[in-house]
Amino acid sequence: MLFQDGFMNSTFSLVPLVFLLPLLGILVNWLIGKYIGEKGIGTVASLATGGSFFVSVLLALALLKDHAGAQVPFLQWISIGSFNLNWVFRVDTLSVTMMLVVSGVGLLIHIYSIGYMHEDVRHQGDPKRFRRFFIFLNLFILAMMLLVTGDNFLVLFVGWEGVGLCSYLLLGFWFEKGEGGIGNAKAAKKAFITNRIGDFGFLIAIFLIFWNFGTLNFGEVFAMVPAIAQSQPGALVAITLFMLLGVTGKSAQIPLYVWLPDAMAGPTPVSALIHAATMVTAGVYLMVRSQALYIATPVAQQVVVWIGALTALLAGLIAVAQFDIKKVLAYSTISQLGFMVAAVGLGAEIAAMFHLVTHAFFKALLFLSSGSVILGMEHGLSAGAHGNAQPHDDPQDMRNMGGLRKNMPVTFVVYLIGALALAGIAPLSGFFSKDEILVAASQGNKAVFLILLFAAFLTAFYMGRQIFMVFFGEARTNAAKNAKESSLLVTIPLMILAVLSVAGGALNLPGKHTLEHWLSSTLEIRHPAEFIWSIAIASFSIAIIAILLAYFIYGKKPLENAKAVDPLSKSLGGAFNLMNKKFLVDEFYQAVVLKPYTKLADFSARVVDQAGIDGVVNGIGSLTTSFSGLLRKLQTGFARTYALSIFIGVVAILVYLLTRI
Amino acid sequence: MPLSYFLGISIVMFTIGVLGVLLRRNALVILMSLELMFNSANLLFVAYANYHQILTGQIMVFFVMAVAAAEVGIGLALLVAIFRVKKSIDIDQMSSLKG
Amino acid sequence: MPVIGTIFYVFLAIVAIGTALGMLLNRNAIYCALFLVLNFATIAVLYLALGAPFIAFTQITVYAGAIMILFLFVIALLGTEMLSAGEPIKGHRLLAIGAALIFVVELVLFFIVRNQVTGPVQAIGSDFGSPKNIGVLMFTEYLLPVEIVAFILLSATIGAIMLTKPDRKLFQKMTRPRD
Repeated sequence: MLFQDGFMNSTFSLVPLVFLLPLLGILVNWLIGKYIGEKGIGTVASLATGGSFFVSVLLALALLKDHAGAQVPFLQWISIGSFNLNWVFRVDTLSVTMMLVVSGVGLLIHIYSIGYMHEDVRHQGDPKRFRRFFIFLNLFILAMMLLVTGDNFLVLFVGWEGVGLCSYLLLGFWFEKGEGGIGNAKAAKKAFITNRIGDFGFLIAIFLIFWNFGTLNFGEVFAMVPAIAQSQPGALVAITLFMLLGVTGKSAQIPLYVWLPDAMAGPTPVSALIHAATMVTAGVYLMVRSQALYIATPVAQQVVVWIGALTALLAGLIAVAQFDIKKVLAYSTISQLGFMVAAVGLGAEIAAMFHLVTHAFFKALLFLSSGSVILGMEHGLSAGAHGNAQPHDDPQDMRNMGGLRKNMPVTFVVYLIGALALAGIAPLSGFFSKDEILVAASQGNKAVFLILLFAAFLTAFYMGRQIFMVFFGEARTNAAKNAKESSLLVTIPLMILAVLSVAGGALNLPGKHTLEHWLSSTLEIRHPAEFIWSIAIASFSIAIIAILLAYFIYGKKPLENAKAVDPLSKSLGGAFNLMNKKFLVDEFYQAVVLKPYTKLADFSARVVDQAGIDGVVNGIGSLTTSFSGLLRKLQTGFARTYALSIFIGVVAILVYLLTRI
Repeated sequence: MPLSYFLGISIVMFTIGVLGVLLRRNALVILMSLELMFNSANLLFVAYANYHQILTGQIMVFFVMAVAAAEVGIGLALLVAIFRVKKSIDIDQMSSLKG
Repeated sequence: MPVIGTIFYVFLAIVAIGTALGMLLNRNAIYCALFLVLNFATIAVLYLALGAPFIAFTQITVYAGAIMILFLFVIALLGTEMLSAGEPIKGHRLLAIGAALIFVVELVLFFIVRNQVTGPVQAIGSDFGSPKNIGVLMFTEYLLPVEIVAFILLSATIGAIMLTKPDRKLFQKMTRPRD
């Protein structure tokens, strides 16, 4: 089990705890969760995640002294012939960075969920499901930790699949609710299946790596890359492109991003944790980790850059025309992931990781605050319904909100901080991280730089639109009028995240470049980041212009009532409609991929399987039966016919003997 | 007489015996046809014994007759027993092995 | 060979085959049995002509005298000389007669093609098939088969008695109607 190696720094050997503590949390909640009440369950789960965070901090401190990190073997797993693949934990600066983000943001979301789910299970009508939520949340932390601490591709894949599973479980948490009673379940299925397509690509990449390199261990594979690049360059291209397919599935890029907007059907903490801060960044982590493979294949890098840039643009356009508060944030996530993926493709892995960390802070903040807004709206709905029976307004539709800054001041402030960080307003964290990416783009690929700049403009625009629609103007419905601020359990994590969003830029300030130095012990830095004033000023001013534009359209003349048409739709007309309908990508997939596939499956089931294969098998059976029916006629029961057959046999033998001579 | 004369008689008698076994329904007549077949074989034995001037053929006939007698005894006893149950000796009625 | 000899032999052949046919074609079982008796007698004459007097008399005694009498007793006992008409089996008659014809042709061809010896019968000594010679052979060379045949006859006797014993438990067990 635990190898006691004298050379290993003893703190590093604590790393299995980041996996074992959430496991312990699951077991405790599972076995005695019924008896410790909601507060108890929440505390156990949060303590487990908090313990992981604490261990990650210890590991970080140990790494400050010993930059190289260590590999901590845990269990022997596969041992076939000369192929050995064990469960080994890898402690280096990259994995510890991810661990800190996952467990840190995870801890805050756990605490938030205690308050949020207390309300939500009562609103949805099943208080007993509280325990299940926290078990799943801990399971997610477990799987994510496995993903980021794996020392070989296979352990990473186990974690990869694990987070996919948890995404499914948590998305479909209210599986009987949603459109038509199955909407949530359908969204969960969509997420899982789309992820599966990506996983297929990743699996092919793992197979190719094993085939060409003979090993799946990170260290060994990356050391062999130059040699393989010489002898089989085609293999490297195939590996990186298939891996990219996996990344587009998990990190929601073109063409497999379609599951993320539907994933908003899950509870808000789930959206925050999984679909904003951590799971979707797993793809970016994978690409950063496999940096060596991508460095050796410029072709793949180009593909990565363009996919990232186009995704950023497309998602930004769609977000401008959405009305559901969470859908705007979902498309924003896809857009920001596009930024990160493009950064990796440009060779600026540090910028990507920096943006990953800051994005985790402010996106989680935005999602959790939107959860707080939704809670407030739901309060308002139930409060306003006393008296007159009103039709059920969607608490998530922004057109039903308005003027909420009066009723929910704390939420307003933190939401504003998050929105400004996302838009890239200095000196908030988002400004620094986005700027680094733009700098890398300007030095790498001018067309991509322009696309990303436009996407940044769109980001600021739609966040401004959202702020003005939700918090300013007059309350447009009774729900908004009667909304009230959420409890402390909900608002305190929000405040902590807000502080992190503000101060997060300190991670990699130009000049000091702390993150870069930190990560340089693990990654190869090809483009050291520089701070180009012109680009910084350009991006800052574009963000300001976008927010001002949003103010002019939405702030000065706020929407009169919930049914009013969006002013932008008047100016853009058909284009707005197209953006609202997500450019009909889902419908396109349905027609081009899903319908033929369903037809094929139907054909296989009905014609090939039922008629064909069953027909052949049953046919053989009935053939045998009819044949035996024929043979049965031989048994006449009359002794005379038996005697006749004997006689005819004798005659035949005589013929044979006669002709034999 | 040449040997072929006895051969001819033997062949014809044997064939008639075979036809009797195959075509008649009365079990007793079937047994009688069997005796006819035995006899044709005996005739052949004796003819060749005469031709080759060895007595072995005739000894053979003696044994055949003895065994045929024993067989007829048993066969008829069986038929009587069957008759007691089935009340008929029509071979076609004893077809309970019909499948 | 003198003509009278040939006529005699032809006559015997006609009688033998004719009685055989008569046995085959007759509906009444008693008539069949009687025809068969005549057949056996003719065969006995042929045995005599072939120089086997002992066998000829044994034939008369055993076959015509014992076996056929037994047959006649059983026919009389069961009273089944005429069976009622039953339904014929389809194609059976045709197939049987066809096969029998082919059989005859085959055997004839056999003897011709295989160059079987069909020459004239030699003259024989007067004591060739005499009881004395047969007895000597029987009790020296063929002693074992004689004893075994005796055994066979004994078991046949016992079996016949057991099979037809009425009103006894063993008999009932053996002849219980099996449906």
